[in-house]
Amino acid sequence: MMRPSLNLVVGSLLIGIVVAMAVTAFFWTPYSPMAVNLKARMVGPSASYLLGTDDFGRDVLSRLLVGASQSLTVAILTVALAVGIGATLGLISGYVRGMVDRVLMVVSDAILALPGTLLALGLMVIMGPNKYGVIFALGVAYSPSVLRIVRSSVLSVREREFVEASRVIGNSELQTMVRHVLPNSIAPLVVLATSMFGWVVLAESGLSFLGLGVPPPAPTWGNMLSAARPFLERAPWLGLAPGICISMTLLGINLLGDALRDRLDPRMERQ
Amino acid sequence: MRALAIYIAKRLLWTLPTLLLVGMIVFVMVRLIPGDPVQVALGDQVSAGESEAFRARLGLDQPIPLQFLYWMGRAVQGDLGNSISNGQPVLALMLGRFQVTFLIMVVAVALATCIAVPAGMVAAWKQNGRLDFSFVALSTLLMSVPSFWLGLLMLLVFGVKLGWLPVVGFVPLSENPRAALSYMILPIATLTLIEMGVLTRMVRASAIEVLRLEYIMHARAKGLSERRVLLRHALPNAFGPIWTMIGLILGGLLGGAAVLETVFTLPGLGRLLVDAIFARDYPVVQGCLLFTALVYVVVNLIVDLCYPLFDPRVVAS
Repeated sequence: MMRPSLNLVVGSLLIGIVVAMAVTAFFWTPYSPMAVNLKARMVGPSASYLLGTDDFGRDVLSRLLVGASQSLTVAILTVALAVGIGATLGLISGYVRGMVDRVLMVVSDAILALPGTLLALGLMVIMGPNKYGVIFALGVAYSPSVLRIVRSSVLSVREREFVEASRVIGNSELQTMVRHVLPNSIAPLVVLATSMFGWVVLAESGLSFLGLGVPPPAPTWGNMLSAARPFLERAPWLGLAPGICISMTLLGINLLGDALRDRLDPRMERQ
Repeated sequence: MRALAIYIAKRLLWTLPTLLLVGMIVFVMVRLIPGDPVQVALGDQVSAGESEAFRARLGLDQPIPLQFLYWMGRAVQGDLGNSISNGQPVLALMLGRFQVTFLIMVVAVALATCIAVPAGMVAAWKQNGRLDFSFVALSTLLMSVPSFWLGLLMLLVFGVKLGWLPVVGFVPLSENPRAALSYMILPIATLTLIEMGVLTRMVRASAIEVLRLEYIMHARAKGLSERRVLLRHALPNAFGPIWTMIGLILGGLLGGAAVLETVFTLPGLGRLLVDAIFARDYPVVQGCLLFTALVYVVVNLIVDLCYPLFDPRVVAS
């Protein structure tokens, strides 16, 4: 427990690289990620274009950097939305119980009966392909799992003495709920939110790959992979870089998630 | 025996409200899509009278709740309407495509399970050893690779560089099994590798929990061989969570089928859905969403119904 686990070190390192890429993109990219240069189409990696150029002659490295910031923004906002919706409803559901709880449970059961990706696909059709559509669709699709996990911990926390004590000293129900029940119910949520971050990065790149995510000229990793598919033989480097970035992000998150779970559940510690 | 019958009956009854709600969600979702389906179907060049007649024929002039009842009523009888783009019945269209998706999914998950169960058991048995470390590292890596990228890499290596397998195209199994197989090997291998990662970790975690229990210590103290302890005593008890996970994985694959089928240009259910979305072919979109949800619910039902086979305790509770 004293020394940081290998999972934590490698995971933080990988996520650190991705965050550094995203931050760099805010200030500087070697070329404009959208600048078309028809004279330099599909140039292999070289000194002037470190990772080569794509079928429009756009610099792959610049697009990759901006793609990192796109992926991270979408992931952060989506997880925030899912946690916001899920935790609020879960808190209400577990604390108020009764009819409200029953209705929320039935609805979340039905939503969980659809595969998450499928629900997100359906919602994307309604929202139309754009960044905020992706955030909304994935946020709604993942909120029922947050609702469930928050509700179940609220159900056990609300029976504890300090909750009763808060009422006895005259705090309102709302105050008791937000100040005392909620903070004691979020530990399991932290682990879920971490893995959810990975699901979102994966789902967002998958949707973009299908052409149903952030629309094409925007440099997302999914868009770059989908554009690389037809040129697999002529320009294989186009398909390598974005995939490595997605995998690196997912691996980092999985390792961090493991490290976190080891901390919270010492029984599974050290592997 | 009675307890088992009650368990099965309860589980079956539970699926009905779920299916009804899923139907409602799909129906509402498709109604919320912006744009007028009649205009999409007929184009702009028709008179108001014609489009009204078409609207009435589709029942779109009825109140929404009534439309839902009609739609569900017909859906239960297997009538999901016809495709707007080619006029074919949606159900027939989907069943044809589903064969491809289903075959790949089931073969991949079966292969992944066959590899993951022994690998995970060994890892748990040698917990914290060198072998365990490498198995966990490899599985975590496999888990972190998106299927569509691994698919692209496979195509790049085995299709483009080595030229062993075709890069684009598809032949139905009924036409030429050998050629069909050559198009299916890569998608199956891709899914097998990825699901292997998730499953190995699941088997390992589940087996570690079980190996801690006292009856295992007892079995060892009796002098049973390690092999016997692992296979006859630990595995059956560790298999419950793994079995549930297999159901969830199949469901996840159904949802993610579109991506893999796009990489390998396979005519599966997922690709049908995405093409229908782009073509604004609403009956097909609606049908695919409903059908996929139905398969998902049925798969989980089968998983739950088989559960008592290796864990009779669930029936009692």
